[in-house]
Amino acid sequence: MSAVIPPTPNFPAMPHSAPPPAAQRPRLNPKYLPLAATVTLFVAMATLGSVLYTGFFSTQVFLNLLIDNAFLLIVAVGMTFVILSGGIDLSVGSVVALTTMVLAALVEHRGWSPLAAVPLVLLMGTAFGAFMGFLIERFRLQPFIVTLAGMFLARGLCYLISIDSISITHEAYSELAQWRLELWEGASLSLGALIAIGVLLAALFIAHCTPFGRAVYAVGGSENSAVLMGLPVRSTLIGVYTLSGLCSALAGVVFTFYMLSGYGLHATGMELDAIAAVVIGGTLLTGGVGYVAGTLFGVLMLGIIQTLISFDGTLSSWWTRIVVGVLLFVFCLLQRLLSRRAGKPR
Amino acid sequence: MSMSEERTTPSPIAALLHHRLAWPVITLLLLLAVNTAFNASFLHIEWRDGHLYGSLIDILNRAAPLVLVSLGMTMVIATRGIDISVGAVVAIAAAVAAWLIGGSMSATESRFPLPVAILGAIGVAMLCGLWNGVLVARVGMQPIIATLILMVAGRGIAQLITDGQIITIYYTPYFFMGGGYLAGLPFSLFVAGGVFAVLYLATTRTALGLFIQAVGINPTAARVAGVQAGRLIVAAYVFCGVCAGIAGLLISSNVKSADGNNAGQLLELDAILAVTLGGTALTGGRFSLVGSVIGALIIQTLTYAIYSLGVPPEVNLVVKAAVVFIVMLLQSPEFRAQVGGLARRPSFPGAPL
Amino acid sequence: MKNPMETTAHTPPVPTLELSGIHKQFSGIPVLRDVQLRLYPGEIHALMGQNGAGKSTLIKVLTGVIKPSAGQMRLAGAPAWPDTPLAAQRLGISTVYQEVNLCPNLSVAENIFAGRYPRHGVAQGWRIDWEQLHQRARELVGRIGLSIDVTRLLSDYPVAVQQLVAIARALSIDARVLILDEPTSSLDDDEVQKLFEVLRRLRGEGLAIVFVTHFLNQVYAVSDRITVLRNGTWVGEWAARDLGPQALIAAMLGRDLAAQAEHTPAPLAANGAQAALLQAEGLAQAGQLQPVDLQIRPGEVVGLAGLLGAGRTELARLLFGLEQPDRGMLRIDGQTVAFDDPRDAIRHGLALCPEERKTDGIVAELSVRENIALALQARMGVGRFLSRAEQTAIADRYVQLLGIKTASVDTPIGLLSGGNQQKAILARWMAIEPRLLILDEPTRGIDVAAKQEIMDQILRLAQAGMAVLFISSEMSEVVRVAHRIVVLRDRRKVGELPAGSPEDAVYELIAAEHEHV
Repeated sequence: MSAVIPPTPNFPAMPHSAPPPAAQRPRLNPKYLPLAATVTLFVAMATLGSVLYTGFFSTQVFLNLLIDNAFLLIVAVGMTFVILSGGIDLSVGSVVALTTMVLAALVEHRGWSPLAAVPLVLLMGTAFGAFMGFLIERFRLQPFIVTLAGMFLARGLCYLISIDSISITHEAYSELAQWRLELWEGASLSLGALIAIGVLLAALFIAHCTPFGRAVYAVGGSENSAVLMGLPVRSTLIGVYTLSGLCSALAGVVFTFYMLSGYGLHATGMELDAIAAVVIGGTLLTGGVGYVAGTLFGVLMLGIIQTLISFDGTLSSWWTRIVVGVLLFVFCLLQRLLSRRAGKPR
Repeated sequence: MSMSEERTTPSPIAALLHHRLAWPVITLLLLLAVNTAFNASFLHIEWRDGHLYGSLIDILNRAAPLVLVSLGMTMVIATRGIDISVGAVVAIAAAVAAWLIGGSMSATESRFPLPVAILGAIGVAMLCGLWNGVLVARVGMQPIIATLILMVAGRGIAQLITDGQIITIYYTPYFFMGGGYLAGLPFSLFVAGGVFAVLYLATTRTALGLFIQAVGINPTAARVAGVQAGRLIVAAYVFCGVCAGIAGLLISSNVKSADGNNAGQLLELDAILAVTLGGTALTGGRFSLVGSVIGALIIQTLTYAIYSLGVPPEVNLVVKAAVVFIVMLLQSPEFRAQVGGLARRPSFPGAPL
Repeated sequence: MKNPMETTAHTPPVPTLELSGIHKQFSGIPVLRDVQLRLYPGEIHALMGQNGAGKSTLIKVLTGVIKPSAGQMRLAGAPAWPDTPLAAQRLGISTVYQEVNLCPNLSVAENIFAGRYPRHGVAQGWRIDWEQLHQRARELVGRIGLSIDVTRLLSDYPVAVQQLVAIARALSIDARVLILDEPTSSLDDDEVQKLFEVLRRLRGEGLAIVFVTHFLNQVYAVSDRITVLRNGTWVGEWAARDLGPQALIAAMLGRDLAAQAEHTPAPLAANGAQAALLQAEGLAQAGQLQPVDLQIRPGEVVGLAGLLGAGRTELARLLFGLEQPDRGMLRIDGQTVAFDDPRDAIRHGLALCPEERKTDGIVAELSVRENIALALQARMGVGRFLSRAEQTAIADRYVQLLGIKTASVDTPIGLLSGGNQQKAILARWMAIEPRLLILDEPTRGIDVAAKQEIMDQILRLAQAGMAVLFISSEMSEVVRVAHRIVVLRDRRKVGELPAGSPEDAVYELIAAEHEHV
């Protein structure tokens, strides 16, 4: 039998309004820190490049970051939602490849009009994502393994369609691929980049202004609590993978603008780049914490590393891998140290 | 007549089916049967050129690197971790060995003696494992993130060592590891078998098995109980790295070259698949070494089946995907409940039979 | 306790919620048998019973998490049946769990309104209206007397505040029934009072509140009526003032254990001349514990008393090597030691039975045998291996000694009840025959019978020469068994009391303004 001490006049009242001293940082600080670090680093690298290499500091160079990485941005945005919900999607690169292959096959071999083929492949990617999401949610399977199998499946299907690459020679397609939106003197954006920007804006809206987006954060924070709170956890989980599938398919379409072909070897390793971009952008791999805007900077960061290396000319391309690896290490370390300091609840 | 009285002792067949290794073994046997059905000479083994020769021998030889990596992966997964960098470590080990041998055109000359090349490669692989282990155990990073770093950077490192080229190895003694035969059987089999034996003894004759399971199921409780979780976790990743290193030697020895970009490609995924097929849960804890070996054999036999069926090798991926889906579903209690519910007649308490 | 809403005795209003004939089985084993529950508007109703009596299952039925095999539920007279948590919410049934099941990564306001966001119109894209969300959250939070920044993350606030936020969420759905499942287990006494104030206020507004707890005094402090479950059956429903503590215990246990509790043996006087086994001088950890001096002699039972947050567990963790001190010195048998890891402490003869057995104690999927043998095996090292037969022998001995109820020693420990798990963990530490056993809340969350058995065991160990550091929130337990009571408050030691001191003396020490040395 425990005893409850009646509050004596001597006993200080517990201040319910103020959180304990350990947590009395301004809210801005700990959660935004990795994002702030990414942005700072990006600016630093841009400055470095401008100083070291002539021609680096031009608008087009920066716009090229968007143009050359449009597909990665789209994929990474989809990946952000999945990771926010506490899962992971390893199939994105393969779905991109499958999309390019199906698109190329339809347009080149079957003579379909791109206007009909593109919606179809988008639907296909969405259905693929929904299928994986269904398996993950319904049978409580691990996302890692399901999307791994999805990765095998999508690539395998690619090769079933054709072992070799299929070039897209459709006129209207090539025109679309080369179309540029002229911004001002010497600066332009491709269709792909515009699509990517559109996707980013839509994702920002979804993440911050819709119940679905907030449910993603809730599920990532604590799936168990989300269930007990009566949130639509099941549809949210299936939803994030469906969204990722749609993004992968869309990225695949943009990829065909870029490569003008469908090939089973396209986008190998893109899932890793997407995950790296999301992590560098400040999203925790454990879920529930992170920002879509961060992913933009993560992608830009990967892009600028690539650009720096190509501008240098002397470094071989595999240095990109090493630098990205180092960056990942630094950011993960940063995330780890921050979460340690945020520390034990009383 | 109440429902509880139905619970008599299960028949021997039911008991056997409930064994953890039942489904992996059945799958393997099925695959062997399929192979034999399509290729009458599949089970045929003969003595040729001073060693055993046949499809089964071939499968065992090719499976050896995967078996090794799967064993290492099993240990890591048992501690609640994962190591997706093994493919990169394979490439790095092969590159180191090739570099140490020197890549000269001579079949008898090597920059450093063969033992040095082998030890060097394994040593570097051990360092990779140590790196992963420290990140997970000391820094406290999530395993998938920690090993992701090496997976991304590792290929770059391997390419750095080979200078972006595929180094062809001409030094003949090197080929013995992956392509040689001892007492009629492929040498790689002995390597894999040896590592398995050592690991098996270590986990069953010492407290290692108990400690690793405890750490995998509840690391905090294990630490409070006095188990040195940190050291064990690092050891698991180091062991995984070493296995990957040895696998790298076997692979590069077999193909007589070191390719920084492609060596060990997708190997980590195959290894995780093998471990899962063998019955070890990805969430850690209880593990099965024999299961992982059977899982690796399943994957290799599958590849072989596809090849012998005359199907294009790319279909391999689709089939692997299908196998993964099926096995995952079967391992999922929710799925079994669903399907079981369809198959069985629902019963009510107190209802007459 | 008077319920201001209750009319004179005999014509109660229509029950807000009425459960009857509830049956539930899990794989053929009945967990609830013909259970009933009646809740009236404007009352606080305590749901009581031992662990395993069926309280949690009944709550899960009420909240749509579990579907019963049979039974009826009526909400304000009309039949209703929630089959999902969401459906239960819509019916006005809201639950606050012991673990505060909210999302720590979302803000307070968002946690309150998650799933029911106010939205802008179509013209604005149906966006979530954050301004309105925050405004309404502030109102709700004010209604229960809390003044916090609703835009901050939930994880910025302590558990007590998080619970009140959970209650605010319940109010936001216009709950008619509020269920609180063990809400006070992690609260200190002041926070408990605050919670009770809120509950009384809500009761005054007509809410029916179900209060599940095992703290008897809290039941009498705040509830109007009590329902008792025992072994899955309904025992009875009483007005709180009609059921005395002894009768309540009898109802819960089915036998008069209350009488048994009176007759515990008095603690044996320790031999004061022996040299100290453990000496801590000025042991401190920044932010966790101020410098503490502590001495423990062989065979001595030292009670560590204090409120939640006083620093008792922190001290235990420092002594055992789970944390490292920033200042101060620790001596075992006169020799200075520094523990980097529990392993070092174990080698010096210490043992710690942790507070949270689920997270720090049991290795759920391993068998009882393996769990009991674990610490002993860890001390022996990787090389010297206890064979299965040896493990079974050790486990069997302790199962016998402590009365651990398990089908066999090979059963996974996760399947045992809380009390038996606790006994198994105790067995684990007894197996290494430590010289000092630190027990952190060994009787928390387990039934009265098991509690008694564990307390008896502690006394037996002390009589056999083992030193014990005994941490417990149940002051009566501490006072009963300890040779000395060390009192902590606000992360520092405020005094020591000798054996036989009354509980009031401890309270006085904690409440006192000045430090006693």
